[in-house]
Amino acid sequence: MRNKILNAIENHARINTEDLAAITCSTPEVVEKELKKLEDENVICGYHTLINWEKVGEESADAFIEVKVAPQKGVGFDQLAENLSSYPQVSDIFLVSGNCDLMLVIKGKTMREIAMFVSEELSTIDGVLSTTTQFILKTYKKDGFEVENISKDERFALS
Amino acid sequence: MRNPLNSYIEAIPPSGIRKFFDLVAEMHDPEVISLGVGEPDFDTPWHIRKEGINSLTRGKTFYTANAGLMELRKEIAVFMKRKYDLSYDAAKEILVTVGGSEAIDACFRAMLDRGDEVIIPEPCFVSYKPCAIFAGAVPVVLNLSPEHEFRLQPEELEAAITDKTKMVLLSYPNNPTGAIMERKDLEKIAEVIIRHDLFVISDEIYAELTYGDAEFVSIASLPGMKERTIVVNGFSKAYAMTGWRLGYAAGPAVVIKQMMKVHQFAIMCSPTLSQYAAVSALRNGDEDIQMMRDEYDRRRRFVLNRFHKMGIPCFEAKGAFYLFPCIKEFGMSSSEFAEEILKEQKLAVVPGSAFGESGEGFLRISYAYSLKDLERAMERIRKFIESLRNRQQ
Repeated sequence: MRNKILNAIENHARINTEDLAAITCSTPEVVEKELKKLEDENVICGYHTLINWEKVGEESADAFIEVKVAPQKGVGFDQLAENLSSYPQVSDIFLVSGNCDLMLVIKGKTMREIAMFVSEELSTIDGVLSTTTQFILKTYKKDGFEVENISKDERFALS
Repeated sequence: MRNPLNSYIEAIPPSGIRKFFDLVAEMHDPEVISLGVGEPDFDTPWHIRKEGINSLTRGKTFYTANAGLMELRKEIAVFMKRKYDLSYDAAKEILVTVGGSEAIDACFRAMLDRGDEVIIPEPCFVSYKPCAIFAGAVPVVLNLSPEHEFRLQPEELEAAITDKTKMVLLSYPNNPTGAIMERKDLEKIAEVIIRHDLFVISDEIYAELTYGDAEFVSIASLPGMKERTIVVNGFSKAYAMTGWRLGYAAGPAVVIKQMMKVHQFAIMCSPTLSQYAAVSALRNGDEDIQMMRDEYDRRRRFVLNRFHKMGIPCFEAKGAFYLFPCIKEFGMSSSEFAEEILKEQKLAVVPGSAFGESGEGFLRISYAYSLKDLERAMERIRKFIESLRNRQQ
């Protein structure tokens, strides 16, 4: 039941409980209760809207930042990750394998704003050894959605 | 100049879907949305496409054996055993065709003599009747009833049989109704078929798209039926491979041998590239089918619930990706309904009558669309129905 609900809403958060109940062979009351539980247990961590800000003329810039850090005794990377997450500019933090330790996604109004944040805030934090910034120039697909409608429905309307 | 045309072909009316297709095309309106497609909205799974590309890279661009790559036929045999408990000899009992459609055409040509009757239960896919006529046979339409959720009833079949009847066409899960036949339904039909010494062509192209607690059963798997059944299946619906044009027929060696003749002289072999891709589909495609089926099932429930909320009678179709709601309360033909909703709400649907007389009063609603698209479309239907009901008061 839980997985049925999660599968149905993963890419369709705005679906109403009645439709969701129909899809999952349940009742709106049961679905409502289950959703509440999933939220309480932090299985559903939030409802996110994927917005293409460029389309409404809003200036925005995103960057991936590779961060090398010195792990701290006893807490590893967790303490630093927690510190980083308190910055509103930091939208995602991942512990990764490969050339760096943490991968961040930083959001700002302009590339300059991001650059300033990295040089003046991020790189001065204790434990941060080095950073590499990669600005995102264009987003084609995000969270499973094609941002620019790369592929259209090419099927004949009737067949 | 004398008439250049064959009078049988000339007399066949164009497909009922075609008329609406032209109507929609003429509108040139980007606001028009459709619930009219008869193919999956998913892309062919990547590993299958990659195998097609690989075959080109490796220069596998020659004819294959007429019956299809042996490797593919063997995989088809394994698949049919694993999924439907049907055992076929890959060397003699399986023919790879250009889509399920070619298999149907070749089967009619190979089995029916001029004047033989083939019983075609309607509503059904638009190709069966013309193909029977191509073969010189006589299609005998059997009108299925909504009371039985468009499942073929033994009494109905019995009543349609004459001393010229040779074959019965079964097409479940069904396009356009979404109806299925369960084991108990098929057993009753099999009894009639055997008693009258008939043959069955069973179009099982939607077999993998069976939902809920229903389980697909092939009539060929019932006792005494394998030797009198030609199973037609393919890759289009289960693996979202419509454009690859690949299907197959499985049946008694004597029949496949003659179908092979038709296929060999008319087609030579199915596209080589598609055959290589299909091997990967059969070997590694179970999860893809499961993923797509789960998604269709969610959409099916969604649309069904919306129709029920609107008070539109619609039986719970458990197969394919169609629902078949009844619009008789509005006192208009399904064709009029479809034309009006296209004009007023810019929504394209296929009238049930396009699939035979017994489809009159119904619409074929395809749910091979994203939930988001379905939501928009169902809202348009709701508005249209509301305005019709207001007009009626």
